[in-house]
Amino acid sequence: MTDVASPTVRVSTRPAESRRDIGIKRRYAAERRFRAYGISAIVIGLFFLAVLVWSVVSKGYTAFQQTTITLPIEFSEKVIDPKNERATDPKQLQTANYPVLARDALVKRLGIDPKKRPLVKQANDMVSDSVRTQLRDIVVADPSVIGKTIPVTLLADANIDSAFKGQIDLTVEESKRKVKDQQVAWMNELAEAGVLKKSFNTGIFSFGASSRPEAAGVGVALVGSAYMMLIVLVLSLPIGVAASIYLEEFAPKNRLTDLIEVNINNLAAVPSIVYGLLGLAVFVNFAGMPRSAALVGGLVLTLMTLPTIIIATRAALKAVPPSIRSAALGLGASKMQTIFHHVLPLAMPGILTGTIIGLAHALGETAPLLLIGMVAFVVDYPGSPLEPSTALPVQIYMWANEAERAFVERTSGAIIILLIFLVIMNLGAILLRRRFERRW
Amino acid sequence: MSTSLLLLIIALIGIGAYFAGRARSLTRSGNKLATLHSLPGYHGSYVAIWAVLPALLVLAGWLIASPIYIDSAVRSTLPDAVQSQGDATVQLALGQVKAVATGLNRLDATEIETIKDGSANLRETLAARGVALAGEGQPFMVEAAERFNAMRLYSRWLMSAVVLLVAIAGGLYAIRNVTARFRARNQVERVMLGSLVVASSIAILTTIGIIGSMLSEAGRFFSMVSPAEFFFGTVWDPRFAAAGSEGASGQFGLLPLLGGTLYIAFVAMAFAVPIGLFAAIYMAEYASPRLRSIAKPLLEVLAGIPTIVYGFFALVTVGPFLRDISAQLNGLITGNYQNFIQAQSVLTAGIVMGIMLIPFVSSLSDDIITQVPRALRDGSLGLGATRSETVKKVILPAALPGIVGALLLTASRAVGETMIVVLAAGVAARMQINPFEPMTTVTVKIVHQLTGDLEFTSPQTLVAFALGITLFVITLALNIYALYIVRKYREQYE
Repeated sequence: MTDVASPTVRVSTRPAESRRDIGIKRRYAAERRFRAYGISAIVIGLFFLAVLVWSVVSKGYTAFQQTTITLPIEFSEKVIDPKNERATDPKQLQTANYPVLARDALVKRLGIDPKKRPLVKQANDMVSDSVRTQLRDIVVADPSVIGKTIPVTLLADANIDSAFKGQIDLTVEESKRKVKDQQVAWMNELAEAGVLKKSFNTGIFSFGASSRPEAAGVGVALVGSAYMMLIVLVLSLPIGVAASIYLEEFAPKNRLTDLIEVNINNLAAVPSIVYGLLGLAVFVNFAGMPRSAALVGGLVLTLMTLPTIIIATRAALKAVPPSIRSAALGLGASKMQTIFHHVLPLAMPGILTGTIIGLAHALGETAPLLLIGMVAFVVDYPGSPLEPSTALPVQIYMWANEAERAFVERTSGAIIILLIFLVIMNLGAILLRRRFERRW
Repeated sequence: MSTSLLLLIIALIGIGAYFAGRARSLTRSGNKLATLHSLPGYHGSYVAIWAVLPALLVLAGWLIASPIYIDSAVRSTLPDAVQSQGDATVQLALGQVKAVATGLNRLDATEIETIKDGSANLRETLAARGVALAGEGQPFMVEAAERFNAMRLYSRWLMSAVVLLVAIAGGLYAIRNVTARFRARNQVERVMLGSLVVASSIAILTTIGIIGSMLSEAGRFFSMVSPAEFFFGTVWDPRFAAAGSEGASGQFGLLPLLGGTLYIAFVAMAFAVPIGLFAAIYMAEYASPRLRSIAKPLLEVLAGIPTIVYGFFALVTVGPFLRDISAQLNGLITGNYQNFIQAQSVLTAGIVMGIMLIPFVSSLSDDIITQVPRALRDGSLGLGATRSETVKKVILPAALPGIVGALLLTASRAVGETMIVVLAAGVAARMQINPFEPMTTVTVKIVHQLTGDLEFTSPQTLVAFALGITLFVITLALNIYALYIVRKYREQYE
């Protein structure tokens, strides 16, 4: 309604004695106030959007950097396999005391007297506990490294990581913080030597759940989410399109189709947690599908997304003008051929846009997944949709409940990843609409 | 033969049937396409449908029916000593038999012999193969498990044979029908229409599934706890009983949860409605197309952000901010730097949920306001009213029913919202009116009662379904009423 010419009532500058006072000043002031309310409402809304994004990004961007320590590790046979029984006992390489290797290397690098226990412990605390699996994997992959000295890049402990990123207030009394003065001194020494440095954090994209922030990542959750999105896409797109075609093109106008129509509109507004209860009762309890599986999550999200897709598809079908249908029918096509050969292809951009938006919605959905048991501590990549897995938003929820401050950074980082995916999907939808939208 | 292999074979038969049908239609027409009623592709599809569809239906039916039949057959062979001990024991024994059956499949013949003559312990042998048995195995179980395995194997082979037979028979029947005048297209289109109907009935099935599953589980809950105690109870204290121990039942009063839900939703609406409504009015009546094309999508970004992100925002930003600012305020006024707003509180959850709801209010109201006919506006402006007077005295009264509908839809979203309140509202179920204190909601408790390892027999877990159906009924009533109003409103101005 913006094209309505604004009422240009000119208030005469010369006082006209004959004119009645109709409170024009007061009314114009009210008009200005009203306008200001409107503008401030929009500004407040946008302000909150900005605060939200800023709060996440400012807390999370550091999660994409990780402090690492590169040390020459001596894979000493004395530590890994003191009795030389690795040929006979395969467990030996699995259970060896690998952290000692890293500790010794660090102690040697820093020049600490190995007999001073407290100092050695402080030095050891600078390296992540994940060195155990990291070094084990190196040795198991290639046992010939035993006896050699190789430079290995280790993850720094989360506290050192935070300190190095400047997130820990070092003016606080030493006993009240997790990083000791001695560790800070070592940290600076190593940093100057170029041994300890920040680099791009690939781990956050590849690791699974972990109780140690520095070794926790969203890799496993991404795979779970990918499985679910695939299931949602494969199921909800054909079913949604088929249902919309029937309702829009074939269904007779009667009580039943009216009921289906009202029903679909209502399903679109049912709280998502109710779908979780449905999934738990029907898929897990009744049909006996495995809990925590991406399959169940995908099915629940499919049911949740279907109404959105059906509503979007019906709108897209409705937008195709009747002349197209008449032309096809007039040339002798059957009704089915008219729809599948002519109407559907023309409606496809609209359908895909709706589908992408529905998928983006499903990707960010958390509540129903909590109920079907996807709040699992999953360390390994799920090999199939039947194995226990977790999803990106659920991983965010689990990290949000962790107390350690380093997890706040990780959580924000994971949220940034989630938001980037959503932005990409929505941009895709917008581009699709811009590129293929037709006005008839 | 495994099910996936069977599916693959059926698919291959289907592809073969397609080409056979196509080729036959061509030969029957003497390669003159004009004499065919339907295109060759339709003949092919017709034959393929006959080959695949009945076979798949038989397969699905078999997969559903055979476990039920085998279960009941094995159950009836269990010793009378077990059978007489009631349903739960029989169920438990059956579960163990199945576990033994899986285990037996992993053992070789000599090991099975040692178990049978009692020289090896069943449980330990199976545990070594990665099959954990709940409790000591009994001799009759091995026997029953063998019978179970035999029946399963037999059922599998029989199923494969029957399904393949049906597929081939269907294909052959269909290919005999193919002639030049045969109306293959009409037949294929009838099947397509059928599948469209099936797809659209899924929406109905979902609703039936929601209502049915929740009613049955909630019914089990109400057989343990009386509905009056649930709906009118004022204390929520569902003590979790240790597994198996009876007696510790706890109190399941809905009112504190419902109170928290409505209170938080109210705060959220009180926050979102003025902002959203004013934004919508400005966008619809004042903004230039340029501003509108920028501000509207930006505001709608708020609706696209997942609720877990809002929850985290409330947890780490808004909650601590309100807590600290309340401590500062308190300090300035009374000199006592003690916070009076908790980090997790009705206010925190309400504000953050309100931010989430702004775009819902503004988009829905924007649509409603722009639907008010132009003539009403022009008339009012022509009579000399200012724009704000037009909005207040003409447009809003005309749009009021629609806006009320939009607000009800938004309220239903606020009531059903989960992740924000899980992270920001707190877990303490109490009835109070201080917005600075934590309260909890229906959705929070559904999540709490159902996360972790649970058994589905205790009222502590089943109560979640009673809460769920309460939530469903509330939101459904709001939605239906709102959609009805909005529909009425549209009709009025169309």
